[in-house]
Amino acid sequence: MNHDVIEKNTGLMGVLIALVISVAGFAEIVPLMYQAQTTQPSPGVEPFPALQLAGRDVYVKEGCYNCHSQMIRPFVSERLRYGPPTAAGETVYERPFQWGSKRTGPDLARVGGRYTYEWHLAHLINPRDLVPESNMPGYPWLLDKTVDGELVERKMRTLKWLGDPYTQEQIDSAAQLTDGVSEMDALIAYLQYLGLSNNARGQQ
Amino acid sequence: MSDIYYHERVVRQFTLATLLWGVVGMAVGVLLAAQMAWPALNFDIPWLTFSRLRPLHTNAVIFAFGGSALFATSYYIVQRTCRAPLFAPALAGFTFWGWQLVIVLAAITLPLGMTQSKEYAELIWPIDLLITVVWVCYGVVFFGTLVKRKIPHIYVANWFFASFIITVAILHVVNNLAVPVSLTESYPVFSGSVDAMTQWWYGHNAVGFFLTAAFLGMMYYFIPKQANRPVYSYRLSVVHFWALISIYMWAGPHHLHYTALPDWAQSLGMVFSLILLAPSWGGMINGMMTLSGAWHKLRTDPILKFMIVSLSFYGMSTFEGPMMSIKTVNALSHYTDWTIGHVHSGALGWVAFIVFGSLYNLIPKLYGKQGMYSTDLINLHFWVSTIGVVIYIASMWIAGVMQGLMWRSVNDDGTLTYAFIESIEATYPYYVMRFGGGVLFLLGMCIMIYNVYKTIASGEQARVDSTQPQTVVPRGAV
Repeated sequence: MNHDVIEKNTGLMGVLIALVISVAGFAEIVPLMYQAQTTQPSPGVEPFPALQLAGRDVYVKEGCYNCHSQMIRPFVSERLRYGPPTAAGETVYERPFQWGSKRTGPDLARVGGRYTYEWHLAHLINPRDLVPESNMPGYPWLLDKTVDGELVERKMRTLKWLGDPYTQEQIDSAAQLTDGVSEMDALIAYLQYLGLSNNARGQQ
Repeated sequence: MSDIYYHERVVRQFTLATLLWGVVGMAVGVLLAAQMAWPALNFDIPWLTFSRLRPLHTNAVIFAFGGSALFATSYYIVQRTCRAPLFAPALAGFTFWGWQLVIVLAAITLPLGMTQSKEYAELIWPIDLLITVVWVCYGVVFFGTLVKRKIPHIYVANWFFASFIITVAILHVVNNLAVPVSLTESYPVFSGSVDAMTQWWYGHNAVGFFLTAAFLGMMYYFIPKQANRPVYSYRLSVVHFWALISIYMWAGPHHLHYTALPDWAQSLGMVFSLILLAPSWGGMINGMMTLSGAWHKLRTDPILKFMIVSLSFYGMSTFEGPMMSIKTVNALSHYTDWTIGHVHSGALGWVAFIVFGSLYNLIPKLYGKQGMYSTDLINLHFWVSTIGVVIYIASMWIAGVMQGLMWRSVNDDGTLTYAFIESIEATYPYYVMRFGGGVLFLLGMCIMIYNVYKTIASGEQARVDSTQPQTVVPRGAV
């Protein structure tokens, strides 16, 4: 084939580029939207309750995902350290997904219930008070910031519109449940909830 | 032809912005490296905390430093290789101020904790809209100039810039599809696995097109210019261009090996990542062999050294990448600092080095000088940065392999050998070493800025008026 035709025609070149780079997205992303494995929740998995949702957004805001994954891989060592491998169905209500890409600190997919509230509180204020070798930053300011309940309600309405099965009762009670709670408590509520919804660790 | 006027103001603006954001982005990187070694440096100040600053570092070096360099060189190259002035120069001027506004907004919002949490797509939705507007204007200027060209063929560098502009537009729009809930927060329309796959389709091709294809465009103009040789093989450039841009798009799932992403997608990602080695090395070979008959110039020309070493790092990291995409290797390397080392051998060794080489070639022309103020300082910059990169990636290799081995180690009785914290403890010396490598690289950047300042400030004039057309390197030697 003579490449001259393409390299003398800006429009043709642009169209061909757009065509060849589009194939992969259709092949790799679109089928996932229709596959049961990636779209159906695992047994027991539900959208985040109001306070946990507020806590998840604190987790995102503070950038916890930069150092913590929430994705246990199917290896013996990971099962021993973190629990059973994470299933796609456990993350269907994650917007955005929090699988992570780096473990400067440990995986958190099933950290719920592993430590007490007091441990998390002290650890988030200054990690080195509990773990002297840790290089995690402290987040003491979370004590002074509070959750905006009305915003949480609006978030749940948006998520319902996107397809997450919240009930009207959950949405109506969201503001009252979360308004004025410290971001620290919301974040700890979220951490304590991780991995518990389908009791996968209990099935180990 | 002497009546052609080339627009250089916007090229000069983006060139200086490249230097400014380079030093800022690298300085933030050095601070982050220090915080990982000495966590007290987070100071319990929200906007100085590692987890908020890390996205600022990645965005600053990719989009502010790398992006400004690409705007500068693409505007410069497209005019000369088309023998036509920029189409809609006022719009080109707007892309400069628009892009700078994006960068400043990123520098304000990210430390405040406003983020979408998708890597390299952290910026909140209003900024995403602004990026889209600027990007469309960039496309109009670039493709408009191609259409206006006075020579029949579109030069190879422009193929790469064209694919970069089109692909980044598509990636950016799809990965940032979200429903706003407030001015600063939004939820993506995709969730869970679909969101993960979309993000890494985007994330991998931010590397593939922003940090690779576009910089190959830069390479295809400035290496032939600096070596004063035509591109080695026209045929190779055709083949590796189409292979590179079509295969790159498939490789995203290798960021999600052994996760909950379905196996078929992981396998596709691995296979295409392995194939990707061929077109990647096609580009490296085409650049390297352009020096055929001019190798002796490496002895005396540190600018050429920057360019050739950048291709070496490109070849090395595009070998390492496919290797790390093999699932069994990835099982060890994923989540560790090995990945960080890999990224930096590409970002520092390839991207930053080809920028340094190209700008050292370009800056004297932009300011009507015969050459850079000091060749010795270019040489010093070269050695300081090279040593910095090598220290950086060697320390992260060791740290990453060590972490991977410690995490998977199991005793005979079936218990874990190490607690997680022991892997952090063991990594501290390497975090300190990496900090040292980063400091050297930053120092090199400062040497460059001093050299550029002295060049621009000097009164000496070049023999030729750089705004006039110069000989364009032939499109191939075949």
